[in-house]
Amino acid sequence: MSKNKPSQHDSRTVSRRRFIAGTAQAACAVSLLGLGLSWVGSKSSSPEAQALRPPGALPEDEFLASCLRCSICVRDCPYDVLKLAQPEDPVASGTPYFEARENPCLMCEDIPCITNCPSGSLSPELTDINDARMGLAVLIDRENCLNLQGLRCDVCYRVCPRIDEAITLQLSRNTRTNVHAIFEPVVHSDACTGCGKCEQACVLDEAAIKVVPHKLAQGELGSHYRLGWKEEERTGTQLVPRNLKLPAHRPAGEGS
Amino acid sequence: MSAVTSRSNWKKWRFLLLRRFCQLMVPILFLASPYLVQWTGDTLLINGNLSSSLTLGILPMSDPLAVLQGLLAGHPMVARGLIGAGVVILLYGLLGGRSFCSWVCPINPITDLAAWLRKKLGIRNSHKLSRSSRYWILAMVLVLPLVTGMMVWELFNPVSQMIRGLLFGMGAGWYLIAAVFLFDFLISTRGWCGHLCPLGAFYGLVGRISPLQVSATERKHCNDCMDCYAICPEPHILPAALKEKKGDSPVLNKRDCTRCGRCIDVCEKNVFSFQASFNHQIIASTRSDNRVMDSE
Repeated sequence: MSKNKPSQHDSRTVSRRRFIAGTAQAACAVSLLGLGLSWVGSKSSSPEAQALRPPGALPEDEFLASCLRCSICVRDCPYDVLKLAQPEDPVASGTPYFEARENPCLMCEDIPCITNCPSGSLSPELTDINDARMGLAVLIDRENCLNLQGLRCDVCYRVCPRIDEAITLQLSRNTRTNVHAIFEPVVHSDACTGCGKCEQACVLDEAAIKVVPHKLAQGELGSHYRLGWKEEERTGTQLVPRNLKLPAHRPAGEGS
Repeated sequence: MSAVTSRSNWKKWRFLLLRRFCQLMVPILFLASPYLVQWTGDTLLINGNLSSSLTLGILPMSDPLAVLQGLLAGHPMVARGLIGAGVVILLYGLLGGRSFCSWVCPINPITDLAAWLRKKLGIRNSHKLSRSSRYWILAMVLVLPLVTGMMVWELFNPVSQMIRGLLFGMGAGWYLIAAVFLFDFLISTRGWCGHLCPLGAFYGLVGRISPLQVSATERKHCNDCMDCYAICPEPHILPAALKEKKGDSPVLNKRDCTRCGRCIDVCEKNVFSFQASFNHQIIASTRSDNRVMDSE
């Protein structure tokens, strides 16, 4: 619209130039805002190690993509274990979590927290609570664990809902007394649900056994790596011929 | 407002009172549900919150914008969430779209308070925001999950934060709510609900098809007292409906009108009324006019 053609439409129509400038301005503004929000959001999207998700929770990135923050699981938890995160809490605001030391999951057989989940963030595919993997218990402090000092505390072992499967006691000689045994609590990842009963029950002021996310608790073998004896079990043949001759390197000066 | 009036106090305040009652009942029903289980037979009357809820164990309702974000983030959801979103879209499609804003949203009393304080204290200074801002923000809210794979907006959304806070304790959520209040109070009149909120923008789009509308049916009686302009949270929609030119429909812009009914309360001449009509003639003639500049 030309400048020297005043009309009553002036206030109602927008020139092409103004439209493009305005659109670009708005697009820039929301892009910047979006960048800022994503940046802050991505910071708050990595939960602290001690905040555990309810049973059946999808991996954290998928969980944050789907959880509607409706609090139904929190309300349906019969033992008030689950908490709804407030903005200052260790997980993304509005999502459910629990802290094992404070209030561990009691592993209800009917898993009521999953029943009414509207998003599937708590996967309906989990039907046996023993298959839940909320985290993995790790005997983090071997120096202060009473059992490892030769005492018979055994509390983590005794309270474990999957006693003798998820936690076993492994005997070894107590070299301090040379008379007694050491009963070391050993956690087995194929059975531990990460409920947190052991962490809650640990008698130390700060628990020696803690439930942490699998990513923190477990190593992962490179996908190319093969363990010879397992490979042999699987295929029936040896990965490397038994009579393989390798050059023997001895320390210098000893000769060959 | 004129001092001498023939209208009863009930008529002058009814929609405001009903609205406040409704806003109050929403969190109260959520909070009271656990105490009512003996009458509701072991299921909660309403479980959840405004992001997603389950009534009497059968009727799911989900925030359609949140569900949409989840879908865009690449998560298929489960049937209950999808049906719940459909139920809510249907509900507000029938009940007037942004009626969510004025009758249900827990942020509305906060921003209403800010607007009321502004008026009481005579604060006229206001940063002007474009009416289209909320659609840009809505677009941003929908693009972020595509890019990041997270429901980014739900970390900041003051609407869901407010209802969660009322039901579970506010914590640092107060900062967010205070920010919205201060923004509306000191920076921009009706800034949040009227210009920025993407959820309001979303429900506004839903409301375009709604048969429930506020209409200046008796506009021939209008005496230009401007009472409705003083209270309307979206006053830019009033002129087109009130002034009969170019055959403008008397129906208030169905996208922006929050169906709060306050104009019906305050109008001495009973110009406004709620109308329920699927009349396509009216729908066609109330097409929103984007080109109208902000009246603020």
